[in-house]
Amino acid sequence: MRALSYVQAIREAHAQLLARDSRVFVIGQGLWSPWYAGSSLEGLEREFGRSRMVDSPVSENAVTGLAIGAALAGMRPIVFHPRMDFMLLAVDPIMNQAANWSYLFGGAQGVPLVIRAVINRGGQQGAQHSQALHAMFMHVPGLKVVMPATAYDAKGLLIAAMEDPNPVLYIDDRWLYGETGVVPEEPYTVPIGKAAVRRSGSDVTLIGISWMAAESLRAAALLEREGIDAEVIDLRSLKPWDRDTVAASVARTGRAVIADSGWRTAGAAAEIAAEVGERVFRELLAPIARVALPDVPAPCSGIEEQAYYPGAEQIAAAARQLLTKSKAVRMARTARGAA
Amino acid sequence: MRMNTEWRIACWEKMILIRRAEETIAGMVETGEVRCPCHLCIGQEAVAVGVCAALEATDTIWGGHRSHGHYLAKGGSLEGLFAEVLLKVTGCSSGRGGSMHLFAPEVGILGTVPIVAGTVPLAVGAAFAYKTREEKNVAVAFLGDGSMEEGHVHEAMNLASLYQLPVLFVCENNLYSSHLHWSERRVADNLFCAGELHSIPGERVDGNDVAAVYHSVRWAVARARRGGGPSLLECRTFRWRGHVGASYDQDVGVQRRGELVDWMRRDPIQALTERLGEEGVNDLAERERAIADRIGQALAEARRAAHPLPDRVTKFVWREAVCAR
Ligand SMILES: Cc1ncc(C[n+]2csc(CCOP(=O)(O)OP(=O)(O)O)c2C)c(N)n1
Ligand SMILES: [Mg+2]
Repeated sequence: MRALSYVQAIREAHAQLLARDSRVFVIGQGLWSPWYAGSSLEGLEREFGRSRMVDSPVSENAVTGLAIGAALAGMRPIVFHPRMDFMLLAVDPIMNQAANWSYLFGGAQGVPLVIRAVINRGGQQGAQHSQALHAMFMHVPGLKVVMPATAYDAKGLLIAAMEDPNPVLYIDDRWLYGETGVVPEEPYTVPIGKAAVRRSGSDVTLIGISWMAAESLRAAALLEREGIDAEVIDLRSLKPWDRDTVAASVARTGRAVIADSGWRTAGAAAEIAAEVGERVFRELLAPIARVALPDVPAPCSGIEEQAYYPGAEQIAAAARQLLTKSKAVRMARTARGAA
Repeated sequence: MRMNTEWRIACWEKMILIRRAEETIAGMVETGEVRCPCHLCIGQEAVAVGVCAALEATDTIWGGHRSHGHYLAKGGSLEGLFAEVLLKVTGCSSGRGGSMHLFAPEVGILGTVPIVAGTVPLAVGAAFAYKTREEKNVAVAFLGDGSMEEGHVHEAMNLASLYQLPVLFVCENNLYSSHLHWSERRVADNLFCAGELHSIPGERVDGNDVAAVYHSVRWAVARARRGGGPSLLECRTFRWRGHVGASYDQDVGVQRRGELVDWMRRDPIQALTERLGEEGVNDLAERERAIADRIGQALAEARRAAHPLPDRVTKFVWREAVCAR
């Protein structure tokens, strides 16, 4: 079994998709520089030629529209946005066009498109070069949204996104690029819409999205030392998301911490919390907790960045709090039952 | 303003200030003291200085990721720039923006942003305000050659022309957008024609000749103040350093082509230094030392200033409401 890093896995998936299907091409900014895509597209331009690895002008809106049109005309494009922040200029083609197409035309024609967006934050880049906007796109019917957190999923979800007949937003996170794991050499898919239980436990369920799934595992290790047994779910797909796996886990543990790298209000964690509350209210031993970014743009100073981004410590602290709170919940329920 | 020796000395001093300030920042990028992304305009100083020499303090300029030169040319505080790239609370944006977000409303800079072409429609909006209020101000949108590829730049030009707004589009064509040469991004080298469809007069000037830039801008600004509407100026120039950071030979990890040597021979500052020498100005070395001292003092002050405390992070998301009268 061979280990690859997350970024190498993304690259391998691209290479295999390009190699096996001549309809596949990649278009977007920075394809001919190792800087925009990290090493996730390294050398593909030489291997497959510049007509299939197209480094585009600074025209996010039209380039995304072009990719949609090419998909409708029978190609299988991957449109690349080196930062999610820049993809905001392409929200119309993504939301109004690609996402609606199948519905609009009675399901006769979809947009088989992969939109790849990179979360690239930290390093004093400031508010316009740091945003994790997946919740915005999770809101949109007709779009699928995946966010791999491991090397295995980075490859398998990209291939699954390509095989899906719908527009799929594939979001990778630069902070995960160095994570390594076993990655099979042959092409394979990871089903869109299925979460992965990364660690089983009985006291609390930590539900992590992307980078925060990795942090949730670290939080579980911290909690273990204190005798708290955490289950960790890596959500992997945000739309559709795996309600059954999450609900079943929380029904067992009675406690849920949802960890997300986006903003708190109307964020992905809010949606998951609402759904879990509806499904397993009776089994809850404590309120559902969210660990997310405050409703604040990204700062620039390293000092403020450190205060801004939550991680394993904050997730563990939230879990500890739930264990304290659950006593109070139980007492209140007993009191209500007695009355 | 007459373009006499005195005028040339003033321009020369501004250009030296920008060059030395940016070299100082480049040094701090190399040592790791400055960690925010810095896009340096070394080699392009004549554009910023030539444009701003034709403007009043009440005119506004709008910039992007590469705006240290615009900021200093318009009169932004040097200490405020150093403190900002060091993310100190005394920075021109209170240490909230870093190099890519500069702010100096007292001299007509209401904010620069690194979203490519993000401020171009905003400059048109400022011009709309000036026209509505019958003020004589003009707005200048600085944009790169790459920025011309964003569709809303062309929408903004149409609006500017339709409403006959006092705005000037200054395209700093340094031939590259990040690692891509213009020929990899468009078929014709004709950016000065970009306004033609909207009847916006366009002109190409040597962006390394401060007098030529000034001359064209003065004409366009006078026209705008008279109600004659927008113009477009394409300034041909070249940045000496890579797209981001201090390196001379790398653009975002890509080896640069060979043009740099030629462009360094066309150094906008050297040309002016020679001209002033011919005119008998013999105190340039002294003037340069004075600028170096100013830079040293401003940097020392910025270094002494405080870092933000971590709990400041949630502040300034909204401004406090001001009571309506
Ligand atoms: C909307 C958007 N897309 C892409 C980028 C990445 N980017 C930053 S600067 C730049 C090149 C801009 O080139 P140009 O306008 O010629 O300005 P120059 O850097 O040459 O001064 C790019 C593509 C961005 N910051 N914003
Ligand atoms: Mg350029």
